[in-house]
Amino acid sequence: MRLHGRSLMAFVLSPTAPITDWLTTLDKRSRTSPAFFAGRPIILDLAAVALNESQIGELITQLTERGIRVMALEGTEADVLDPSLPPVLKRGRQAAGEAVVPPSDKGVATARPPRRQEPSSLLIESPIRSGQSVIFPNGDVTVLGSVASGAEVVAGGSIHVYGTLRGRAMAGSAGNARARIFCSKNEAELVSIDGYYRTAEEMDANLRSRPAQCWLENRVLAIAALD
Amino acid sequence: MAKVLVVTSGKGGVGKTTSTAALGAALAQAGQKVAVVDFDVGLRNLDLVMGAERRVVFDFINVIQGVAKLSQALIRDKRLETLWLLPASQTRDKDALTDEGVAGVIKELRDKFDWIICDSPAGIERGATLAMRFADTAVIVTNPEVSSVRDSDRIIGLLDSKTEKAEKGQRIDKHVLITRYDAQRAARGEMLNIEDVLDILSTPLLGIIPESEEVLRASNLGSPITLNNAASAAARAYLDAARRLKGDDVPMSIPSDRKGLLDKLFGRRAA
Repeated sequence: MRLHGRSLMAFVLSPTAPITDWLTTLDKRSRTSPAFFAGRPIILDLAAVALNESQIGELITQLTERGIRVMALEGTEADVLDPSLPPVLKRGRQAAGEAVVPPSDKGVATARPPRRQEPSSLLIESPIRSGQSVIFPNGDVTVLGSVASGAEVVAGGSIHVYGTLRGRAMAGSAGNARARIFCSKNEAELVSIDGYYRTAEEMDANLRSRPAQCWLENRVLAIAALD
Repeated sequence: MAKVLVVTSGKGGVGKTTSTAALGAALAQAGQKVAVVDFDVGLRNLDLVMGAERRVVFDFINVIQGVAKLSQALIRDKRLETLWLLPASQTRDKDALTDEGVAGVIKELRDKFDWIICDSPAGIERGATLAMRFADTAVIVTNPEVSSVRDSDRIIGLLDSKTEKAEKGQRIDKHVLITRYDAQRAARGEMLNIEDVLDILSTPLLGIIPESEEVLRASNLGSPITLNNAASAAARAYLDAARRLKGDDVPMSIPSDRKGLLDKLFGRRAA
């Protein structure tokens, strides 16, 4: 038998008190993009609320009814939780993605690495093909080629695409609201910064097929032409 | 040295099998020793397009499982001495293809042939990944149409990551072959134009095969288009593409069956 380490990216839901209000907000958000949580691993961060065991159970039932499956809990003092509840995670890193590139980053998420302060960035010289996903939680990603339709780039920092951005770009995935997305031709399917996103359909037609940048302004994703 | 070439696309119905037969025949017509291998286990078609369906005794899976020797399964083309077919099994499915089995057959073929052309099934599952696994060169067949182009892009990504060469850190040679191109529809904007396709795929162009009824006619007759009607526009495009594969420098053009006014006049006078 062999044991493997695995790191992956999960979304974290952090409920705030009062829980009923928080659930209403969640419902509102889900209505605009109904399948958003479908099939995604979700971690429930309970640091901001003080819940006992049965309340946690009730909250998880509420989320399950909304199609949100909680894989683990975080931020609760609980070696004492009922075994029917999801396991408690410790030492999770924010946006500890499975770093496809660079390979040297693989599998470090299990042990917390010493926090390095020097800026890091990832340069990709080849085009990113449909179905490929580049996840780099540690800094900026620069792509010299194009990002194909059906491909995605996830960066902790900003994303720069010198070719055409046809796929998805998600910048500031580690909670960085100052991250930006730049591309020399905007044909994006979706752009997102710090979780705030906009789909192709919600973009102004005159921002398409030209150089553009995206940034976050008062929690609203702004897009402007660069030429 | 033998070259293993995979003809692939992701999407179905874009012309992989037709292109495999046409390129295989074109290379054989140029004196190369060619084996075309059908990887579409369970949905084989290459035998029909090559006109060998009534001579299949043993197949690829039989060879992999040791039931037959490779020499027993290979079928020599009736028209070209140097063209051979390794048919797929129709009664099995893709799970019958094993990594080691395919590797062994390809290795044996490498000793006997100049070109081994693998006709990939559609999709990105087992059959398709094994067809590309041992390739040195890939021809990505694409129709000038968005869904086909995106699927091709996906396949190029797999060629760069899932092939034996890619895993060794080497680069596999990739070429885009645009099929079913209709110049008039492209001019009207009803099709993606060549520049857009190449821009999206950022991969060099091997050739442009015009949409032609001759292709369908040749398939139904069980004859590669380059043999059935070598003068047709599609056949000329395939013959040029085969020369480019061999490394010849052939200027890119889109052959056409449409005759100019002068041709029509002279054609009538001659008749």
